[in-house]
Amino acid sequence: MKTSALKHIRIIFSALVLLVFVLMFVDFRDLFPEEHFRWLLKLQFVPSFIKYVIAGVAASTGFIVVLALTLLSGRTYCSFLCPLGILQDVNSRIGGKVKRRYRKYGYKKPYTITRYLILAIVIVVVFLGGTYLLNILDPYTIFGRFMTYFLKPVVLLLNNFTANILSRFDIYTVYKVDIKLFEWAVYAVPAVFVLLVGTLSFRYGRLYCNSICPVGTLLGLLSKISVLRIRFEKDTKCTRCGRCAVACKSSCIDFLNRKIDLSRCVSCFNCLDACSSGGITYSPFFIRPKEEKIPEETVVDESRRRFIVGTTLLVAGLPAILKGQDVVKKQVRESGVKEDRLYPVCPPGSVSIDNFTQRCTACSLCISVCPTSVIQPSLNQYGISGIMQPRMDYETGFCNYECNKCSEICPTGAIMPLALEAKKITQIGKAVYIRENCYVYTERTACGACSEHCPTKAVSMVPFEDGLYIPETHDNICIGCGACEYACPASPYKAIFVDGNQIHEVADKPEISAQKKNSDDFPF
Amino acid sequence: MKRRGFIKSSVGAGVAAVAAASLGSFEKALGSTPSSKSLDYDIVAVKGGEPAAMFDLGIQAMGGMGAFVSKGQRVVVKPNIGWDVVPEKAANTNPELVKRIVEHCIKAGAGEVFVFDHTCDNWVKCYKSSGIEQAAKEAGAKVVPADSESYYKQVTIPNGKRMTSAKVHELILNCDVFINVPVLKNHGGALMTGALKNMMGVVWDRGYWHKNDLNQCIADYALYPKKPVLHVMDAYRVMTKNGPRGVSVDDLVFMQSLLLSTDWVAIDAAGAKMLNLEPSQVKYITLAAEMGLGKNDLSKLNINRIKI
Repeated sequence: MKTSALKHIRIIFSALVLLVFVLMFVDFRDLFPEEHFRWLLKLQFVPSFIKYVIAGVAASTGFIVVLALTLLSGRTYCSFLCPLGILQDVNSRIGGKVKRRYRKYGYKKPYTITRYLILAIVIVVVFLGGTYLLNILDPYTIFGRFMTYFLKPVVLLLNNFTANILSRFDIYTVYKVDIKLFEWAVYAVPAVFVLLVGTLSFRYGRLYCNSICPVGTLLGLLSKISVLRIRFEKDTKCTRCGRCAVACKSSCIDFLNRKIDLSRCVSCFNCLDACSSGGITYSPFFIRPKEEKIPEETVVDESRRRFIVGTTLLVAGLPAILKGQDVVKKQVRESGVKEDRLYPVCPPGSVSIDNFTQRCTACSLCISVCPTSVIQPSLNQYGISGIMQPRMDYETGFCNYECNKCSEICPTGAIMPLALEAKKITQIGKAVYIRENCYVYTERTACGACSEHCPTKAVSMVPFEDGLYIPETHDNICIGCGACEYACPASPYKAIFVDGNQIHEVADKPEISAQKKNSDDFPF
Repeated sequence: MKRRGFIKSSVGAGVAAVAAASLGSFEKALGSTPSSKSLDYDIVAVKGGEPAAMFDLGIQAMGGMGAFVSKGQRVVVKPNIGWDVVPEKAANTNPELVKRIVEHCIKAGAGEVFVFDHTCDNWVKCYKSSGIEQAAKEAGAKVVPADSESYYKQVTIPNGKRMTSAKVHELILNCDVFINVPVLKNHGGALMTGALKNMMGVVWDRGYWHKNDLNQCIADYALYPKKPVLHVMDAYRVMTKNGPRGVSVDDLVFMQSLLLSTDWVAIDAAGAKMLNLEPSQVKYITLAAEMGLGKNDLSKLNINRIKI
């Protein structure tokens, strides 16, 4: 294959991948057929790893595919599949155009200690059972938050601007969507990363990927021994012109010594395109020019090999090990503590709060795709380590009875797939009625907003006094969708709210009783 | 008085209509204009047909759509699209009925017909699941969003007891005429929903109504001068319990009926009877009648009962 063709394939492919991911997050009208592109989600390393190891979904093998791909072709994942990587490439390119004189490409030494230390800490923390470092550092998750927290509001703003203009001409194909911002504190982490990743990529190409990103570092360990790799032809072709090094976003080509730091190379093929002499190639390591010495980077490192083999075995067996360790904790609500929310509510399909918080990286995809905006980033509802992990926020909306979108799309298994009929009887919380806050009781006026919205009639209206009706709740058929809480007009405290189930339960199906037939006459 | 004015103004247009008035075929109904017979009906009640066919007969008895809609007018048809449920569950106005009404409006010469509702469930899903979006579009209406506060404008409600102002959808304010197309249902808090209560779908802040005596607010809103020129109450499938959202089709009684009136108190009173309630039990009907917004004594109403 011609060398420059590889770069062009990479650019076209990665541009499409980026487009798909952007649309997946910002498509607020559900126009984009994202269901055809979920394979791209399944290939995201950290989400699929979590789904396999922590959620125990044996079919979630995307990360194994990525590992194999890396062993075969180097860190192509970083250039072709990682949306944050591709986004950085776009930003680097802008950086190169805008301020070429500030651009700091060219060979540089790796931040070896930093990157391996970060990787080691992340691995240790994950194996001790916490995903919160992954929440912060998983590249797909970081990308997801960029989209959800920053790009989507901008898209909505543009949409609303357009809608405003068109509505003057009675055109409503573009419609306004009220922009709901999150609580300000949850923007802190994504904002820091926008600055960090943005600045680093603008000036230094893939420095973030090669110094901080734990996925990049991990794959770098494998790409060192990959079959296909960027290599110098050690015959006479290379003229040491240095163009490859200048073109390298990863600053990993030491052209003077004709060495390439494969742990940092993201297989972007820019160097191939830059090389005019054919002195640098992307080819299998075992095809060697006759008189060539074995390149240094292929020297087998036994300890590393053992690490990789051991890790692979551990990973393969982990779902089985962890399965037996689900500890069932259940608290009983104390009587009289009516207004306290004992537990937050996590989306249907997440099985339990523990399951959910252990598996969720807070990529925010569910927040983005939720048609009712009921899914919102949490602040400290799951504890401070769970910041940004989604919760059901019944101030903002309520869970649509006929929808299971979040369970279909979650890439980490934090929200497991749930058929719509099953979702309709999945009890994620229970409605708690506080009569003392209810206007029917305090004002003696009619209301019934809660019961009106309830899809199962777990909140029904029963005779009160003066012909008034007052709410009554039925736990057994309540699914905790929050429609009652959302609709309740009482303020500042709601007269009805949903308290989360720590472990989701199965609700009874709504009671159904037949009606008497109709007469043929008008009753008036 | 208003209706008479309408009818008088368009009476010259259709002498042929009198002949057509005795039959229910669509083309004839569309061509019909007010006949002198229709002047005295407070309510036209139709029973035993499909929604569209019942409307054809009903509107004919009301004097034809031409009595309400004139050439070039901007018309709003306001059904109930509150819930993300299919037509078979009858929590929303029947889509076939909405479609037929739009067709009649256009045939009567309406410049544009708009359809919207401020929904309870997610509006995109409601519009779709209800079948109303598709049906209305097929008939030539513009189906318009009502889910953003920016579409609503503050208005004063003269003499409102609990509600003296409300944010009303701009199309209600901009249109020439609007037609109220509620679906008759049981309602947990207000006992029933019909014509008067359907106006909760043209305002932004429904919470205010629930907070400040729902019954009084429903009656208060009816004071607002821009009123529907016609009420068409869908009672094809009637949710007699678990309303207004309903749980299953077992909440419905197949009444196959349709009511038309220019008096929303009267049509709601008749609706109450169909739900096996006395009109006096539904407080907002009594309140609205006391406020002079319509007649609630069914015994004193002139009702044209049509059975197919």
